[in-house]
Amino acid sequence: MRVCYPFMAQYALPFSFPAPVTWSVSELTRYLRQLFENDETLQDVWVQGEISNFSRPSSGHLYFTIKDSGASLRCVMWRNNALRLQFMPRDGSAVEAHGVISIYETGGQYQLYADTLRPAGEGALYQEFMRLKAKLEAEGLFDPERKRQIPAQPRRIGIITSPTGAALRDMLNTLQRRYPLVEVVLAPTAVQGVEAPAGILSAFERLNRLAAPDVILLARGGGSIEDLWAFNDEGVARAIAASQAPVISGVGHETDFTIADFVADLRAPTPTAAAELAVPDQADLRLDLDELGSHLGRLALANIADQRWSLQSLNNRLLLYSPRPRLLGEKQRLDELSLRLASATRHFLALERAQLHSLGRHLSSLSPQAVLERGFAILHDPDGRPIRSVRQVIPGDKLLAQLSDGSLSATVNEILPPSEKG
Amino acid sequence: MPEPLPPVDELTYEQARDELESILAALESEKQSLEQAMALYARGVELTRRCTALLDQAELKVQHISGEDILPFNG
Repeated sequence: MRVCYPFMAQYALPFSFPAPVTWSVSELTRYLRQLFENDETLQDVWVQGEISNFSRPSSGHLYFTIKDSGASLRCVMWRNNALRLQFMPRDGSAVEAHGVISIYETGGQYQLYADTLRPAGEGALYQEFMRLKAKLEAEGLFDPERKRQIPAQPRRIGIITSPTGAALRDMLNTLQRRYPLVEVVLAPTAVQGVEAPAGILSAFERLNRLAAPDVILLARGGGSIEDLWAFNDEGVARAIAASQAPVISGVGHETDFTIADFVADLRAPTPTAAAELAVPDQADLRLDLDELGSHLGRLALANIADQRWSLQSLNNRLLLYSPRPRLLGEKQRLDELSLRLASATRHFLALERAQLHSLGRHLSSLSPQAVLERGFAILHDPDGRPIRSVRQVIPGDKLLAQLSDGSLSATVNEILPPSEKG
Repeated sequence: MPEPLPPVDELTYEQARDELESILAALESEKQSLEQAMALYARGVELTRRCTALLDQAELKVQHISGEDILPFNG
């Protein structure tokens, strides 16, 4: 008997199926599976519910049930998809799963072959994210020409983050290690929860006004998309754009992108990376300093060599005009003069000596003794006065005559007139 | 340099570093008297030491904003 299924007529199936009189279970199940697999809606479906019966055997595939108060749906996620999951679901997790609905023929069960799993609510958040991103992008808030230059060596860094989070520790450790010369001003604020956006806004305002930092790090450690949601807030985005100091964002992990990342002047994948981008590494600075120092030394040596060379050439020129040859000439002349002086002196002395000798001889020739020896006598009166004229005596005067070998007394007999000469 | 220079020990890292750069530029580009060049060199060596010492001694200074005040921050 040929069974006619009234609903079959409603589907214009693109395959021919010779309907048997009595179906085997396998045939019926395959028929149903093909029905499911040819329904576009069932081949691209998001379904939301709470996870139960979660199991993860050593194969790596995930088996679980998604249920709500009224129904439950068996789910499987193959290993290759499971490996890509950003979070590990547990029993009780509210999730949204995406995949295809098909039938597990052996078990006789329809189930969801999930390829993606995300925490519930993420879908709505994602829509909101895309809407705000498109709006701000249209306003030009993400434009590359809006991005400000991050100073190479900031003196003061502002940090907006939680005062108790690991993100702050990581950033302070990084700054201490790389560039401890910098001064840090923290504007503490909640970075998750409903009060976080207002706190971040206030932090931007006060940090810029009170501390005027050279750059601001806006950071938060990793977390779920809800945890990071403050960084997708429109007010926060506008506060980043309005900040006087350029902003580096470091929110979540490498794979997390927030609106804050798009508006920030520079996006870092993590808080630690934000701190690294904000300051130079002192290891590099020390290498630079070493290089500058040796450059300085080379310049100084080169300068001294220059000076030495120009001094040498000046000295060579100076030697051309040296008075030394003239001095030598002068010295020689002086020597000559000195010799001449000595010789002249000697000559003069010899002459004088000869003259003196001759004078001596002359003198001795004039001695009275010599005269007496030649036969003359010297007359004295009794008082010893020499008699030089006949007018000094009268006849009868006693006279003393001195001869060469003694004296004799005599008496003047008469005064005679002078006799003719010869 | 005609005006008296501030003592090297009073300079910040950036000031010392900037002056070091300008001393090198002066030594490279301008003809200096030997006396000037040696003075510049000596100053440059001092500046290099100052920069290194500042890096050696530096302790990250962390403050935080509390209300309208900036106060020291101790973790």
